Amino acid sequence: MKALERHREFSRIWASAPGFKGLFSTVNHTDLGRMFLVTAFFFFIVGGILAMLIRAQLATPHSAFAEPDLYNQIFTMHGTIMMFLFAIPTFEGLAVYLLPKLLGTRDLAFPRLTAYGYWCYVFGGGMLLFSMLFGIAPDSGWFMYPPLTGAISSPGINTDFWLIGITFVEISAIAAAVEITVSILKFRAPGMSLARMPIFAWYALVTALMILTGFPPLILGSILLEVERAFGLPFFQAEFGGDSLLWQHLFWLFGHPEVYIIFLPAAGVISTVLPVMCRTTLLGYGWIVAAAVALAFLSFGLWVHHMFTTGIPHMGLAFFSAASTLVAVPTGVQIFAWIGTMWKGRPDLRLPMLHILGFFVTFVIGGLTGVMVAVVPFDWQAHDTAFVTAHLHYVLFGGFVFPILAGLYYWLPHFTGRQRFFYLGEAAFALIFTGFHVTFLAMHWVGLLGQRRRISTYMPEDGWTTINLISSIGGFILAIGIAMVLIEVILHMLTSRRSPRNPWSAGTLEWAMIIPPAPYNFASLPHVTSREPFTDDPELAVRLASGEGYLGRPNDLRETLTVEITSGKPDYHVIYPTNTHLPIIMAAVTGTFFLSLLLKAYWCIPIAVIGVAALAWRWVWVLGRKQDLPVQDIGHGIELPNASTVEHSPGWWGSLFLLVANATFFGSLLFGFAFLWTVAPGWPPPAWFDASAVELALGTTGAMVGAAAIRRARRANALRQPPLAWLGLCFAGTLTVAIAAAAITLRVPAPVEHAYAATLLVLGSYALFHASLGMLMVAFLVSRTALGFTSAARKTEFPVVQLWIDYLGVIAILVFLVVHLTGWLS
Amino acid sequence: MLVGCDGALSIVDPAGPAARSIALLWWVMLVGGVLIFGLVMVLIALSFRKRAACEDDAGSARLWIVKLGIAFPVTVLLALLAYGLVIGEQLLPRESGETVIVRAEARQWAWNFSYDDLPGRTTQDVLHIPAGRPVDISITSTDVIHSFWVPRLAGKLDAIPGHVNTLRIEADRPGTYQGLSAEFSGSGYDRFTFQVIAHDETGWQAFLTGETE
Ligand code: HEM
Ligand SMILES: [Cu+2]
Ligand SMILES: [Cu+2]
Repeated sequence: MKALERHREFSRIWASAPGFKGLFSTVNHTDLGRMFLVTAFFFFIVGGILAMLIRAQLATPHSAFAEPDLYNQIFTMHGTIMMFLFAIPTFEGLAVYLLPKLLGTRDLAFPRLTAYGYWCYVFGGGMLLFSMLFGIAPDSGWFMYPPLTGAISSPGINTDFWLIGITFVEISAIAAAVEITVSILKFRAPGMSLARMPIFAWYALVTALMILTGFPPLILGSILLEVERAFGLPFFQAEFGGDSLLWQHLFWLFGHPEVYIIFLPAAGVISTVLPVMCRTTLLGYGWIVAAAVALAFLSFGLWVHHMFTTGIPHMGLAFFSAASTLVAVPTGVQIFAWIGTMWKGRPDLRLPMLHILGFFVTFVIGGLTGVMVAVVPFDWQAHDTAFVTAHLHYVLFGGFVFPILAGLYYWLPHFTGRQRFFYLGEAAFALIFTGFHVTFLAMHWVGLLGQRRRISTYMPEDGWTTINLISSIGGFILAIGIAMVLIEVILHMLTSRRSPRNPWSAGTLEWAMIIPPAPYNFASLPHVTSREPFTDDPELAVRLASGEGYLGRPNDLRETLTVEITSGKPDYHVIYPTNTHLPIIMAAVTGTFFLSLLLKAYWCIPIAVIGVAALAWRWVWVLGRKQDLPVQDIGHGIELPNASTVEHSPGWWGSLFLLVANATFFGSLLFGFAFLWTVAPGWPPPAWFDASAVELALGTTGAMVGAAAIRRARRANALRQPPLAWLGLCFAGTLTVAIAAAAITLRVPAPVEHAYAATLLVLGSYALFHASLGMLMVAFLVSRTALGFTSAARKTEFPVVQLWIDYLGVIAILVFLVVHLTGWLS
Repeated sequence: MLVGCDGALSIVDPAGPAARSIALLWWVMLVGGVLIFGLVMVLIALSFRKRAACEDDAGSARLWIVKLGIAFPVTVLLALLAYGLVIGEQLLPRESGETVIVRAEARQWAWNFSYDDLPGRTTQDVLHIPAGRPVDISITSTDVIHSFWVPRLAGKLDAIPGHVNTLRIEADRPGTYQGLSAEFSGSGYDRFTFQVIAHDETGWQAFLTGETE
């Protein structure tokens, strides 16, 4: 078979449906990555326009441009859009687009999940845009502190848009994070051991794991606050045993890691692009990986530095101050490794390199002011002033926007297959760089002169007029620069000069393909023996296209293979699902759920929940087969089993990492309970839970029976015995757990009267939810088995269900113990 | 004006011991920061020199990563931390015979101040203190979170419903100082300010005997 013929065949198998309509059913990572990036860039422009409104308002004293009520919506939406709808989705888009190409494979682990995440992002973002267009946007600042956001101070729907819309968007972040983690760990080219992974993959892996552990506290906080607003359960109200500080802890437990979730992918771009610009390889690969991992761990121990003025005890302040300054060490390691890389090679001032220099200047200043505000006494002065706003933009713009612009220009030929033609980019860089520093250097100074953040206007007597005017002029220079980038990108797509393949002479695999990329990426998968396979073998692209690698024979299926995590040895063979509207429908039904909450149409919630459950059932169901698949020949004399016959399928890995996020959520809930109990004023509660030994014993036994029975079912299936009886027992055990959990929710003392009872209600509901989920999964497995979709070979769904039943067991027993013990101890 | 430090709300125009030690901390950090920034920029600029490529990866990793990336920041940061801790320690409200105690209660959008030395008297949006004596403010809130901040005297501390936080302030000289509520609190936030009047000894006695308006 000729290369061209192979290309046609593979394209037919992998292509999305043609035209615009194809976007709604595509599950292809190249398409979805582009869609993510374009949408995120759109939100960047929206956020940027809001920034211009802010600077217009602050340019002069006594500004009559926007009243406080409007101004408050503007800055809140600016911050919210930039953080949640621009920065995180840009990372997701970049990772979705690049990872399979960098890793030498054909798609991500769960193509439909990618699409589902994208649509959740679009619908959730759309909700927030809608609120803005109608003037009912959130207006309490991007960190939404209660009691200001509580029902008494903010009775309007504005706050609900934030809590519900952002939670919806976070589903997409969690989905992408699971997807990215499993893809990096399992979906790589044969031979690509962990040590041979391109550095961007390491950064993406660390970032994804941070999303899985960083977002759940905020999701929990948002749920609690929304429940407080909607139903009056007083988690954050001091007079009823709640505490507004709990929100601050949950928010910043997310919010600080968030900053690194934004920075690390950008650092991944720098680590990828910089060596190419310097015609060399990265200095200290191992050190950089270690630094990224260290940053990830440290960043979870710093959140309190956002709360230095809340009256934390002195010892606590010292600890968090030390941790916050020391986080500069792994950052320093990366910065100096990059400078060392420049010394090692010969840096060339091409456009991506200019933005990298912009990054260095800006980010180093941001890091230095960061260390300053980590010193507690200085923070007592600088906190909540324009100094902090300036600092955070040095970090976010310097640490994210400049690197992303570098990446944009670096990969633009890859996205479009074209060469840059109009040289607007250099002028745009000059404007962005100057504009940025004029805007924000000035804001440091005006902050030191006492200008608070988030004020809509000030007086001439304050003495800030000149500085603010200068800052606003800088802002508009910056905006012109960004507009020029936009114009250049659009012109670029319209001009027709084709780019040569691999225009930068890079060594990573994403360039070893035709550009713009074909839907299948590689006609055959490479065997990787180093970190820069394309440098080692400049003929690699041609050889892969002519089918010399693995899986080079088109056979009507979307096929790829997985590898063992550390070694990169081929592990098993995977068949992907094809184009489908299921993800967008599922996202729409999920959206209905959130909309019903927002509009308080509670009757609609059960319908939406059943809809989601039914779609999820179908989602998994369509992957089944009624015949065993034989071992698959992937070429070069290697045969692999199919994923449906292995212990740890992609679904198992996905469940595992989803449960990591889930466990963090549960842990945050327990933390919140302990926090309220020990710190909140207004304890003890007026009434305690009436503990019951019977319920405790029943629930605990049910959990253990469920876990034991699913194991027996799995063993029976492996031994070709019918597993149905054991599955029935497992169902009964899970049902018992559900009953014991339901009993808690029914018997708690009045939850609107005290945060204690309110928290117990949430704990009980959490166990009840997971028990229902467990029942659904066991029922699924029963139907599968009854209809002949499982066999001794096709066993892979058993371990997945077992994982969830085990998780249910652990959390249920913990919930029962916590709830009943608090009843007894009191 | 543009590069001036003075201003009724300026952190870098201190008028009390706490604000002064923090202003000094800022100037020290600024100088240190500029030096470090300069060093990094010079290193980056030098990489553009024409020279033979360096092939000794292990050697450069030791220099760049171990020495510059780890040893250098650790040293600087430890020194800075120690300095910050010492200052923080000094700013703590410690027991002392001559401390004046004031309670500050915030709500949207007003401050009520009451005085332990003058039971029954409260003032709204104007806080009276004696100059040259430490004053401990017990800060709380009745609705949302606010923050008590007199930039020329000391750092800020939040007013949180259900919690009482204590901040030590002191003015060197008699005079009027501007105060701000520095935690966003909704639509009245722009104008949520107050004044601190520091009296000399006679003025303070007059206030305590109820002669001051
Ligand atoms: C395009 C250039 C930008 C300009 C001119 C700009 C300007 C501003 C200004 C003046 C404020 C202060 C509002 C106030 O305190 O009243 C602000 C707040 C903020 N900005 Fe930006 N910004 C820009 C880009 C970004 C980017 C790229 C991000 C994040 C990735 C970002 C994140 C934030 C956040 C989180 C806040 C705080 C909002 C709040 O206080 O609730 N900004 N921005
Ligand atoms: Cu932080
Ligand atoms: Cu604050």
